[in-house]
Amino acid sequence: MTDWSGYLTLILQGALVTAQLTVMGCALALVAAFVAGLGRLAPFAPLRWLATVYIEFFRGTSIFVQLFWVYFVLPFAGITLSPLMAGVLALGLNVGAYGAEVVRGAILSVPKDQYEATIALNLTRLQRMRHVILPQAVPLMLPTFGNNAIELLKATAVVSLISLSDMTFQAQVVRAQTGNTLVPFLAILILYFAMASLISYAVRLLERRMTRGLDGVR
Amino acid sequence: MEWDWTFAAEITPVLLEGLKLTLLITLLSAIVAAVLGLVFAVARRAQSPWVARPVTFLVEFIRGTPLLVQLYFIFYVLPGAGILLPPLVAGVIGMGLHYATYTAEVYRAGIENVARGQWEAARATNLTTRQTWAHVILPQAVPPMIPALANYLIALFKETPLLSAITVLEMMNQAKLVANSSYRYIEPMTLVGVFFLAMSLVSVVLLRWLEHRFGRLAK
Repeated sequence: MTDWSGYLTLILQGALVTAQLTVMGCALALVAAFVAGLGRLAPFAPLRWLATVYIEFFRGTSIFVQLFWVYFVLPFAGITLSPLMAGVLALGLNVGAYGAEVVRGAILSVPKDQYEATIALNLTRLQRMRHVILPQAVPLMLPTFGNNAIELLKATAVVSLISLSDMTFQAQVVRAQTGNTLVPFLAILILYFAMASLISYAVRLLERRMTRGLDGVR
Repeated sequence: MEWDWTFAAEITPVLLEGLKLTLLITLLSAIVAAVLGLVFAVARRAQSPWVARPVTFLVEFIRGTPLLVQLYFIFYVLPGAGILLPPLVAGVIGMGLHYATYTAEVYRAGIENVARGQWEAARATNLTTRQTWAHVILPQAVPPMIPALANYLIALFKETPLLSAITVLEMMNQAKLVANSSYRYIEPMTLVGVFFLAMSLVSVVLLRWLEHRFGRLAK
């Protein structure tokens, strides 16, 4: 009889690492998405090019390759990252590139008269973004951001391949030690699904909160 | 460590060999995803809740869990039930199934875009359910969705390196083998990245063409 409680703790420890990666990756992705998304709309051309190169590069190559590149190639350039840092960096920058397009699309879909009104009212660029454009654009971004967060959660499974002990890695450990394949893999599938459901629930709540008072506008 | 051009040239044929397999896997998985996605989309609209509910849950479940874990599941768990699959087949099934849940959503959007009158006309002319789908709804629903489907083809292509985890010798796995035997990571990893980027840029051009060709149908 196998002692499952010990193995369950192992998998739950992995779940903690997965959650950690997801939260930190999402934070980085959010920052990257706004910087690159606003960069693509900047009035200064080199800034636009820089943002475009970043977005196309990270959307054009696979997350797997990016992760391996960060983990195995950067040390030769003198930058040694812990597996966790490498994972957060690759995940955040990858998903951030997808998010940047969402930010750009949402900002462009705010009606043009809103921009004209801010000019008529003599608002500065910062005031225009902060008080007029973003409050209308962010609710449009939220549903897609929720999907992106789930994509990020799913992508964290890849970090098990650079020896970071996340949930998938721990399931492999349990498989190697017990010889049982069904239980560990089914357990983590259910845990991943629960986490994904949690994210989509949280995004729905956030969406309701953010659109409060916008009923007449949209 | 410096970039070594001769070493890079030396390993390129090996990587191109892997690239060929990568493209084959992409193509096969895309076919599975396109067909299975259509099945999912139609099944989710079935009259009987005994069909629609389980399919809906299955699609949501597959979409909410990582592809890598699903590949492990197919590759390691199914042999226990007596289903022994070669890595390549397991990979194609896993990727095809995963992306079918995405293409199902695309098909769903296409099906919902077909005007209500078309359904009513099919009913009025006394077509069976099968005939309605095959001759009226799908011919109008699918072509406008081709650019969106092609988008997922590109996404699928970028996920193929995951198959290296279940011992398929595609491009990434070839690169890892080269890197592990020569202790040089810069060239193989960077070249794989460059190949992926090149293929993606080419496919973006193809996608633009498809959008031009079929996109206006979506209006």
